[in-house]
Amino acid sequence: MQFFGGSEISPSPPAPTASGNNGHMMYVFNRNGVCLLYREWNRPLRTLDAQQDQKLMFGLLFSLKSLTAKMDPTSAVEKGNLGMPQLPGQGCSFHSFRTNTYKLSFMESPSGIKIILVTHPRTGDLRESLKYIYNLYVEYVVKNPLYTPGSPIRCELFNTTLDQYVRGIS
Amino acid sequence: MAAIYSLYIINKSGGLIYYKDYGSAGRMDTNDSLRVASLWHSMHAISQQLSPVSGCLGIELLQADTFDLHCFQSLTGTKFFAVSEPGAQHMESLLKFVYELYTDYVLKNPFYEMEMPIRCELFDINLTQAVQKDRVTFLGR
Repeated sequence: MQFFGGSEISPSPPAPTASGNNGHMMYVFNRNGVCLLYREWNRPLRTLDAQQDQKLMFGLLFSLKSLTAKMDPTSAVEKGNLGMPQLPGQGCSFHSFRTNTYKLSFMESPSGIKIILVTHPRTGDLRESLKYIYNLYVEYVVKNPLYTPGSPIRCELFNTTLDQYVRGIS
Repeated sequence: MAAIYSLYIINKSGGLIYYKDYGSAGRMDTNDSLRVASLWHSMHAISQQLSPVSGCLGIELLQADTFDLHCFQSLTGTKFFAVSEPGAQHMESLLKFVYELYTDYVLKNPFYEMEMPIRCELFDINLTQAVQKDRVTFLGR
């Protein structure tokens, strides 16, 4: 049941202009790998259906985090086997990667919430931006008494505020 | 402290054909380096599938808390990646130079079999010199 606004899906943001929006899409996962939120602003290419895309993204992040912890060249402690699950915050973690067509920025909270923002490749360091987005999540989703943890996020205020903020990221 | 921690070369199937460590604190044994290389091959391919626009060639730079991983893929699918300090400069130039060494000393070696581990002494010698040389040299390339 939807209590906010008349529509389940918030109106799409205006089409991005050449000088404006640099965000492509955003995902939020919980610690179990459930996709809580998928926001899309500019995605011309689609190779998989939505569910497979989200599962593949979570698998990529899980494996990259495991790989990063294993490859840490500054830590001499025994790191265990590749693929062994790790506690959030444990070991060395990556915060972004860049390809020739996009840049993916990643943040994981101590409670296991993963926030992923995909932008154009020349974007700078977005770690502070992801922390701010996490604050938006806490303010508009976690503090919403109607929200059930573990279920997909359907909160109009969060979507609106998020769209406005991502539009301003340069 | 070396700016570069380790260098990997993997073939187009994802098999590790060269691994050189330049001073990591945590040593990886042979099996671990093989697994890491194969896993990177898969991650590189998956990152292409998840691209929002067409024409993606895969991960070029992975930034982590304690290191950066720079990756260069040749047109034939051979991947060169280096683990370096965060913010290390000119790693793209270094990887392209390693690619030149690879073509000169490995591919032109008539005894080298494609896709097999690299055991060319001249390649090792020149690679060591390249890594130890002042990075500023690569500015001019």
